Amino acid sequence: MRVLAVVNRILKQFLHDKRTMALMILAPILVLTMLSLVFNGEELELKIGLIDVPSTVYTNMEQENVAFVKLDSDTDVNETLEQEDYDAILAFEQGESKLILEGSDPSINNVIIDNIKSEISPNTTSVSLSVEHLYGSQDLTTFDNIGPVLVGFFIFFFVFLIAGVSFLRERTQGTLERLLASPIKRWELVMGYVIGFGVFTTIQSSIIALYSIYVIDLMMEGSFFYVLIITVMIALSALTLGILLSAFAKNELQMIQFIPLVVVPQFFFAGLFKLETISDYLSWLGPLTPLYYGADALRDVMIRGQGLIEIWTNLVVLGGFSIVFIIMNIFALKKHRSI
Amino acid sequence: MTTTIIDANVTKRFGKKKVLEDVTLTLTNNEIFGLLGPSGSGKTTLVKILCGIDVPTEGHVSVFGKKMPDLELIKRIGYMAQADALYHELTAKENLVFFASISGVKRNKRAERIQQVMKLVDLESDLNTKVETFSGGMKRRLSLAIALLHEPDILVLDEPTVGIDPALRNKIWDTFEILKESGVLIVVTTHVMDEAERCSRLGMVRDGQLIAIGTPDEIKTKTEASTIEQAFLSYGG
Ligand SMILES: Nc1ncnc2c1ncn2[C@@H]1O[C@H](COP(=O)(O)OP(=O)(O)OP(=O)(O)O)[C@@H](O)[C@H]1O
Ligand SMILES: [Mg+2]
Repeated sequence: MRVLAVVNRILKQFLHDKRTMALMILAPILVLTMLSLVFNGEELELKIGLIDVPSTVYTNMEQENVAFVKLDSDTDVNETLEQEDYDAILAFEQGESKLILEGSDPSINNVIIDNIKSEISPNTTSVSLSVEHLYGSQDLTTFDNIGPVLVGFFIFFFVFLIAGVSFLRERTQGTLERLLASPIKRWELVMGYVIGFGVFTTIQSSIIALYSIYVIDLMMEGSFFYVLIITVMIALSALTLGILLSAFAKNELQMIQFIPLVVVPQFFFAGLFKLETISDYLSWLGPLTPLYYGADALRDVMIRGQGLIEIWTNLVVLGGFSIVFIIMNIFALKKHRSI
Repeated sequence: MTTTIIDANVTKRFGKKKVLEDVTLTLTNNEIFGLLGPSGSGKTTLVKILCGIDVPTEGHVSVFGKKMPDLELIKRIGYMAQADALYHELTAKENLVFFASISGVKRNKRAERIQQVMKLVDLESDLNTKVETFSGGMKRRLSLAIALLHEPDILVLDEPTVGIDPALRNKIWDTFEILKESGVLIVVTTHVMDEAERCSRLGMVRDGQLIAIGTPDEIKTKTEASTIEQAFLSYGG
């Protein structure tokens, strides 16, 4: 079996190249860990301004890490939030309470809202709380929210790069020509790559997913098995696209040039920003990128706890991308040997 | 008995540049056919077309009476490129095992074949060494070993002995002669004159044209030269 020979060789190359193997597994883990610390690091020290808060409510307001400061009734709320270091201002007006958030840091917003709700509700059941944002909106993401996108992105990034570079090397070191002077069929070579890298990326994906969920403690509502399937599918599309684009690169540096062009933009469309908020000139690109579907499926499982019924369309589209890329690869090799 | 193995008539252009012009060759079994010519004259381009890696712009190549490129025919060819095509992060043995299974050496014969070819190129003791630590000549020898692995009927060797010392070169050429006697066709390009003397026939290439063809003696007589080197120079090489 020639496909198996290629698979075998690729795995041996990985085993001999410990550094690349480590890069593919440890680099995503390192970056995810750093990001989780950046987002969820220190205990928050909040400063909340109070305007006309009834004394019945106020006397009970006592919390760790939160400084409550009484402000004058005629304070200009927006100006105070803009110019001073308040994180939020709670204002009472005719029995209605209104919470205005500074809002630029999404990780703080939810903490404040929860805080205030727990403060007010035991005392004044009649009071309704309306929330306003000075900057941003409630939909801004926190680490839990973008975590799944990051997991998908890093797997895509590293698999794309390493697969692309290995195939490129096959061309530059002359072994591709040597292979095509042997009876190997073009599809056998491509499938050898897909399976060889597939085996490795399955291991890589499981380690990264396990680490993100159990060590970094990323929110995980659904089944780990689905996460694994999705990440492997993402890796597959990255690998087939990487091999395909390597045909257009003359050396490793040119392969790296594809990262800002092809890989990074996918990250923007993958749910980091809501597609509706992206300019119409660009937003149509989203559905053309594999990561868009991969990240959506990961979120369905990790945040919304959904299963196969919700994610199967995403999986089918991801698989479709890979199959199209595989076929294009087999065709691209025609340039080197017509049969 | 001699039978025609390769029959070719090719013209090759890269863009507007004509690299091979109406080169006609008929090669038989039991021969070592040497291609001689100055650098850039088109030898590599010609041998690549003969073994099916490249296709002629005009003309045809047929091998064993069938048109190239053809996977069944490619199986019967052993090719050694001018530049070493090896996986540097793998050991010599891993390279050999890979190429053996790609070119269809039976599993039970693999170990034996690997021993044989590595003995021939004098690399038996470096089987488990990584190729990245090999010297230039060692890589050349390993490439040659790989080309011989599957006992092909046709060997196409592009400057196989560059960087190999005279004693080992002699031994390798002895093997070529044994293979030739057993019916193999060997096509070899070279810049080394004493190797040219050992070929059954020579083809002189210049600027993409085959300007002379014949046994070493015929070529020497035709140019009234006493050595191949003089003949080569008199053809403006
Ligand atoms: N892929 C290519 N594209 C354009 N020109 C090419 C290509 N390959 C070879 N050539 C040109 O064809 C000519 C013949 O090259 P070739 O490699 O066949 O020479 P050669 O006889 O093998 O030389 P050497 O003895 O140095 O190996 C050269 O002028 C070279 O520039
Ligand atoms: Mg050459």
